[in-house]
Amino acid sequence: MDLLEAKFKMNYPGFNLDVELNLPARGVTVVFGPSGSGKTTLLRCLSGLEKAPSGYMKIAGQVWQDKERFIPIQERKIGLVFQESRLFPHLSIQDNLLYGFQRTLPAERNLQLNEVVQVLDIKALLQRRPEKLSGGERQRVAIGRALLTSPKLLLMDEPLASLDTQLKAEIIPFIKRIEDEFKTPIVYVTHSMNEVLQLVDTMVILKSGKVANCGPVETVFSDVRLREAMGDEQLGAVLETSVSEHDEEFGLTRLDFMGQALHVPKQNIPVGQNLRVHIHSKDVSLSMASPQGATSVLNILQAKVKKIGVLDPKGYSVDIELDAGRPILATITRKSLANLNLKPGQPVFANIKAIKMIHDQSDAGFN
Amino acid sequence: MNEKMDFSLIDAEPIWLSLQLAGATVVILLALGTPIAWWLAQTRSRSRVVVEAVVALPLVLPPTVLGFYMLILLGPHGWVGGPVQALTGSALSFSFAGLVFASTLYSLPFVVQPLHSAFESIGKVPMETAQSLGASRLDAFFSVICPLARRGYLTAVVLGFAHTLGEFGVVLMVGGNIPGKTKVISIEIYDRVEVLEYTQAHILSVGLLIFSFLVLVMVYSINRRLPVQVT
Repeated sequence: MDLLEAKFKMNYPGFNLDVELNLPARGVTVVFGPSGSGKTTLLRCLSGLEKAPSGYMKIAGQVWQDKERFIPIQERKIGLVFQESRLFPHLSIQDNLLYGFQRTLPAERNLQLNEVVQVLDIKALLQRRPEKLSGGERQRVAIGRALLTSPKLLLMDEPLASLDTQLKAEIIPFIKRIEDEFKTPIVYVTHSMNEVLQLVDTMVILKSGKVANCGPVETVFSDVRLREAMGDEQLGAVLETSVSEHDEEFGLTRLDFMGQALHVPKQNIPVGQNLRVHIHSKDVSLSMASPQGATSVLNILQAKVKKIGVLDPKGYSVDIELDAGRPILATITRKSLANLNLKPGQPVFANIKAIKMIHDQSDAGFN
Repeated sequence: MNEKMDFSLIDAEPIWLSLQLAGATVVILLALGTPIAWWLAQTRSRSRVVVEAVVALPLVLPPTVLGFYMLILLGPHGWVGGPVQALTGSALSFSFAGLVFASTLYSLPFVVQPLHSAFESIGKVPMETAQSLGASRLDAFFSVICPLARRGYLTAVVLGFAHTLGEFGVVLMVGGNIPGKTKVISIEIYDRVEVLEYTQAHILSVGLLIFSFLVLVMVYSINRRLPVQVT
């Protein structure tokens, strides 16, 4: 499997970056963290815009930086997309798109202008000037321009931060299609939880210049250390499920994963397709006996207590990592923990009070 | 007196020489000023202020001071004039080439400063963006930075040209007053006034005045019409 390995140390007055990463070089890796946590510095180091002394970086078998060498940015074959589109104001949209394409050897081009124009839906803009475009259009052009260099790695620094929710919803599907259609690994920096959930395969959480947690999203988002790393975001596990059945009578759709099932309001998705769901930890309650038949809660999963989070003597709640075939995170009160006398390995029933579907911005709470 | 008579009184040679001098100086200044201005806009080095001061010196020095040292520098025993004489048989003082050399130094701030501020307002982002798209620094400079700095270049060319056209002190010190070789408009005007030929002096002076005025109108209208574009 292709890997992205990197090790950087940067010292600034009042801020130190000290990270070591070992990630799959495919899919979308989200670098998440509050402002000042070093996300942009990390991205600049990965791109070669910044040279970390004695840094190391290797992607898909190619060393971009080590003790002896430092491949300059223009030879790295990376695509960079920032919060501002950074289009060249003196060039038309078409010339902007072709700027990097023309500087890519014909043998290394794996994309043509018309393919990118089609995927990003920017045909009508080609003859225009950047200043005549809306923010969302500019951002799509910037993504297209980066893609046309046939990059080995696409680095995106809060590419949607300056756009409103509507425009974000417009662009996120395009970013997902890039991954699907062009197989370009993406490192995506953001501090927006909504963007994270829709895009992420691998999660890197930065805190004060250090990696607080890193791994597949399913693991990271069900880790009891998540709260420590992410603060009071809406924490909770992400599950990959597959649509297995539509129940016309009750208007429900059944989602399967690892021998367990969840029921959600009927989704307009064909049977067999995948659906990612997010279960907030505070929407998961635990019981020792099966409440089946004696509760209105529809989604009850069999699980085992895996890990109990750090008890904060000042707080009233505690995070519990459960193994329900896939990992799930629950937040319960410390009092409940004491009452139930939970121990790792103990079987429990997880009552799921709400499930958030993550597909193209439409989501539904469900009780 | 009628206008026809007036123009026939004028020797075209100094005008032609002035235009040649200003043209050559501007071309050299663009080639020389671009890297200096780029370095000034990029560097964090402390020697930057020294370079800035040196570039700006001609703005405050009396032209005679500059002309005096130029004369020594370019003369048969000077650091520049000496080797040139050894190579070509004649020194640079009192020659057209010497005038170009001196003018280049004298007009340097008028070219470097507009370019410097243009490069500074462009910032680092366009260069980084172009490099991330696979352009070498030189390629990025010509394909992105230059077009974005076009306002600065227009201002630099116009000011450099006009300033060279109008210089007097340095030209007189370095070039002397040799007809067809170093006698430019400004010196011709001085000559005519000295021999009380006010009509000819008027024609040349009014010409320079109008030209300078038009040039400045052009500079200011360029600055209005090409606002810095930020996308």
